[in-house]
Amino acid sequence: MVVFDLYNYWVFILLMMIGLYTVIASPNLVKKIIGLSVLQTAIFLFLISLSKVSGGTVPITGPSAELYSNPLPHALVLTAIVVSVSTMAVALAIIINIKLTYGTIEDDEIRKTEGH
Amino acid sequence: MIDNQLPALIVATPLAASLLMPIFRSAEKPWVLSLLTTWAVFGMTVLLLLQLSDRSQSPDGRAVISYAIGNWMIPWGIELRIDRLNGFVLLVIAMISAIVTFYARLSVAQAVPQHRIPFFYSVWLLFITGLLGVAVSGDIFNVYVMIEISALASYTLVAMGQHENPKALLGSINYLVLGTIGASFFLIGVGYLYSVTGTLNMADLAERLKPLHGNRALITAFAFILVGLSVKMALFPLHGWLPDAHGYAPPIVSALLSGVAIKVAAYVMIRLVFSLLGMEFSFSILPTGPVIWVLSSLAIVIGSYTAIQQTSLKRLLAYSSVAQIGYIAMGLSLANENGLTGSLVHVFNHALMKSGLFLVAGIVSYRLGAADLELMAGLGRKMPFTMSALVAGGLGLIGVPLTSGFVSKWYLVSGAIDRGAMPLALVILLGSILAVMYIWKVLEIVYFRPSLDSARAVTEAPWSLVLPAWILIGASLYFGVDASLPSGLAEHAARFLLEQS
Amino acid sequence: MKDRLIIRVVTKITTPFILVFGFYVITHGELSPGGGFQGGVLLAAAFILYGLVFGLDELEPILPRRVSDSLAAIGVLLYAGLGLVGIFTGYRFLDYRSLGLAGSESAEVWGMALAEYGVGITVTAVMITIFREVAQAKRREH
Repeated sequence: MVVFDLYNYWVFILLMMIGLYTVIASPNLVKKIIGLSVLQTAIFLFLISLSKVSGGTVPITGPSAELYSNPLPHALVLTAIVVSVSTMAVALAIIINIKLTYGTIEDDEIRKTEGH
Repeated sequence: MIDNQLPALIVATPLAASLLMPIFRSAEKPWVLSLLTTWAVFGMTVLLLLQLSDRSQSPDGRAVISYAIGNWMIPWGIELRIDRLNGFVLLVIAMISAIVTFYARLSVAQAVPQHRIPFFYSVWLLFITGLLGVAVSGDIFNVYVMIEISALASYTLVAMGQHENPKALLGSINYLVLGTIGASFFLIGVGYLYSVTGTLNMADLAERLKPLHGNRALITAFAFILVGLSVKMALFPLHGWLPDAHGYAPPIVSALLSGVAIKVAAYVMIRLVFSLLGMEFSFSILPTGPVIWVLSSLAIVIGSYTAIQQTSLKRLLAYSSVAQIGYIAMGLSLANENGLTGSLVHVFNHALMKSGLFLVAGIVSYRLGAADLELMAGLGRKMPFTMSALVAGGLGLIGVPLTSGFVSKWYLVSGAIDRGAMPLALVILLGSILAVMYIWKVLEIVYFRPSLDSARAVTEAPWSLVLPAWILIGASLYFGVDASLPSGLAEHAARFLLEQS
Repeated sequence: MKDRLIIRVVTKITTPFILVFGFYVITHGELSPGGGFQGGVLLAAAFILYGLVFGLDELEPILPRRVSDSLAAIGVLLYAGLGLVGIFTGYRFLDYRSLGLAGSESAEVWGMALAEYGVGITVTAVMITIFREVAQAKRREH
């Protein structure tokens, strides 16, 4: 069935939703960042799955292959992985500062302290 | 010799300067280097715009400057592409960064611990690099990378406000989470666009997307990119991060964020809707027009209304930014020449006014320690120059004739009337009335109340802080009286966009 | 973890292999999976492993803080410098013909190698800096 042929898109959407749900529903700041990371990994999966050519091998020039997969999305994903790692690094630095300032990284406790 | 290298130099110069910052130990030299860099970038931008207008005068010339990085052939390599719209946005970015960096010396020395100042300026220049890169780039994935560079730098810069108010950290982490989700949606959209066309170059995409208008993947791509850019642009209802982030950040950071960064996201949306996908797709096939009419009207009304209730000057200005982005989005959705001109002129004018106003808030912070409205009672008599800048900027936000705000609102109302959308014109006027209310609230506190005992020793701020604020506000007044420069540039850009799509 | 004999010995034995593998991944980036970012992370992993097992104070004389901070900037300056050489010699930004080497093959090989090493150095230094900052957060003033 067509639906099962497109399984890569289903996996991408499932992972993306898990990531978004984690971001929205966790009170813990570090878990939110993990959810963000899952969301971004789902996007990388989507981009790489676009690059597969049926019958093609890995996009690295070698002696025996004739048909290669598309190397461009791989380059996009490498760049996006770097962006994702940098984002997580900045997020963790801010969370450490929050912990030092407020003593907690749970969203509801911070709200109680600040009286939001 | 470097004449035809300007597009790459504009982005490479602040990048290289940012990397040289960690050498310095003192607080003066990083500021001097940043100032030289931003002024050099401004000079290069002006040269680039002159080149662009020369090229459009020549008989066969289209007003486009194209630069291939690494000399790889254009649809396959990354292209830097300057046209009328780009050049206008570049001018706004370069101009505002140059003036705000001049202001930065005293403001940063007070807000940031001494040993962190070189790193602050390093991240500041990276922020400016990212914004310039978005404006200059002709490849949509390069736009994503540059958006993320500027966003990461801005998350760090917003968090530097923690020394004045620890809530800046919460504002920053919230901004980070929402901004990253927005950028991720943008990336999903780029992925879908690539899967449908096989290219990432924006000019090439525009060509290849023309026969594909009914394609469901394309509609998905459009939706994802639009949502992602709305988060970055703080268009209602995705504006939730903006009041905290812009309200608690150091004043120069808020000036550049509110004045420039959200406008750059609006530029990318204009580029997407008009150049990449064309008016026929965006407005006839999809209901983009009515959706953005509703959202921008809500942004204007709710943003201005919430601004009235704020007790901190910076949060008030932040909510006002939400409303002003509503104006810009409304101009985009009107999709006629007046509407689009109004949108672009407002990008220019609001950048001047809002940056100037945030610099004024920074002066208040510098003297009083915080920019709360109660603390500002009676400040009009003690700090006459600063507060008169506040008045002039506020009048511009309202749209009083002789200020530049009036020029942009005029174009927007004309655009709404051209469309026959009278409710939108009424919303624009309602926004002005609400702006009168929140500006009057500030003026009443500043001029008509007795000053607080705690503020007895407050005098006028140092000229190196007041002068940049007055340059920006004065420019907004000048362009209100003689609007030929921004209106001329904006009209050319709008006409170019409408012809092209 | 200093008192665990097995971890100490295995760390000391495997660290040179990790370093060599990291350099291999950076250098072979154009021919096999790898490149500057991946190789940089591997190189950093060797230093971080040492720091985890023997303590940050032991890591300090091996790679002082100032050195890793400056290396982060130097790596990107190498990459940006490569691009700027392209601008100032009249070619394009990041145009490898500007390196003045005979033959476009050789120019591309050297250009890419320089770029990858620049990225590798920066990524190594940044990863080690992140590790250090996160590990020392308690002692930091803010």
